[in-house]
Amino acid sequence: MRSIKVQVILWGAQRLSALVLALCVLVHLATIIYAVRSGLTAAHIVSRLHQSSLWTVFYSLFVLAIAIHAPIGLRTVVAEWGYQGRIIDGLLGTIALALVVGGFRALFALQGLA
Amino acid sequence: MSELTVRIWRGLEAENGEFQDYKVPRLESQTVLDVVTYVQRRVDASLSYRFACRVGVCGSCAMSVNGVSRWTCRTHVSKVAKDGLLEIAPLRNLPVIKDLVTDMSVFFDKWAKARGQFQGEHTRHEAFAQVKPDSKARKNVDAAIECIGCGVCYSSCEVVSWNADYLGPAALSRAWTLVNDVRDVAQKERLQAVAGDAGCQACHTHITCTERCPKGISPTAGIAGLKRAVLNASLKGEL
Repeated sequence: MRSIKVQVILWGAQRLSALVLALCVLVHLATIIYAVRSGLTAAHIVSRLHQSSLWTVFYSLFVLAIAIHAPIGLRTVVAEWGYQGRIIDGLLGTIALALVVGGFRALFALQGLA
Repeated sequence: MSELTVRIWRGLEAENGEFQDYKVPRLESQTVLDVVTYVQRRVDASLSYRFACRVGVCGSCAMSVNGVSRWTCRTHVSKVAKDGLLEIAPLRNLPVIKDLVTDMSVFFDKWAKARGQFQGEHTRHEAFAQVKPDSKARKNVDAAIECIGCGVCYSSCEVVSWNADYLGPAALSRAWTLVNDVRDVAQKERLQAVAGDAGCQACHTHITCTERCPKGISPTAGIAGLKRAVLNASLKGEL
């Protein structure tokens, strides 16, 4: 059980990240629909994303919003199943870290930054 | 005269009870409370249930009718009886004492926990506070002040069934009326009491409480107001 302050901050962070995600998902989906109009190849994707600072900023924001949003949502679901405490929070922190690492690894690979 | 088949929950605890069938004459303009009263007075005097005013003021006769929590004194049989069948059970999310009577202490304890008590600072020697009837805060109070404490919203709330600590729609709605009471001086403490995982932040906005409230109150709207108030206080470092 975290302090009331932390609980409210987590709730606020989830709402804010949901707002970011709503926009990001829309842009992401619209781009997919636009991009596959003449077939989908790996070369096309890489050529569009490679060294594009605009897409780097966009997908960085997307990855961060996911890493914030998903673990907090999972925390609520798990709490309603009756599980909470330090171990759960630790596990969820690990999931957040994994999302950040996995997300940025994929992003850097596509952007040609790594 | 046509008959109703009424299945009523009987037993000392929810786990040990069972439904029993009764035949009750079907009358015009009959309410669900009329049906329960008929069974208790004419068929089985050992049936326990709770009621007082019979006219939708006191909030003591709420029960689960065909799976939906309702105020039974103002619920007509014609509105709820499917194929002449009524299934009447105690309110959900509350411990059963006997038959249709629940222990409502937890429900009311949570009102106190949500700082549902008015705390003013004026004495009788000072002038009355002037609150404009058309002010936003006063209108917010008006929207939720007619709660009769029947427990229908609490019994219908899915979040309460998942999280026993959750304060519930009625207590939070009451707190919201006081957050909007310009005379109240315990605002900081109240927001602290209603914030967090067991408070307004836990609401999933399913709106079942609002759909079921017999008084047409929207606890969901009040809880949304509390969420905003708590977040604002938190951003200002007042939580």
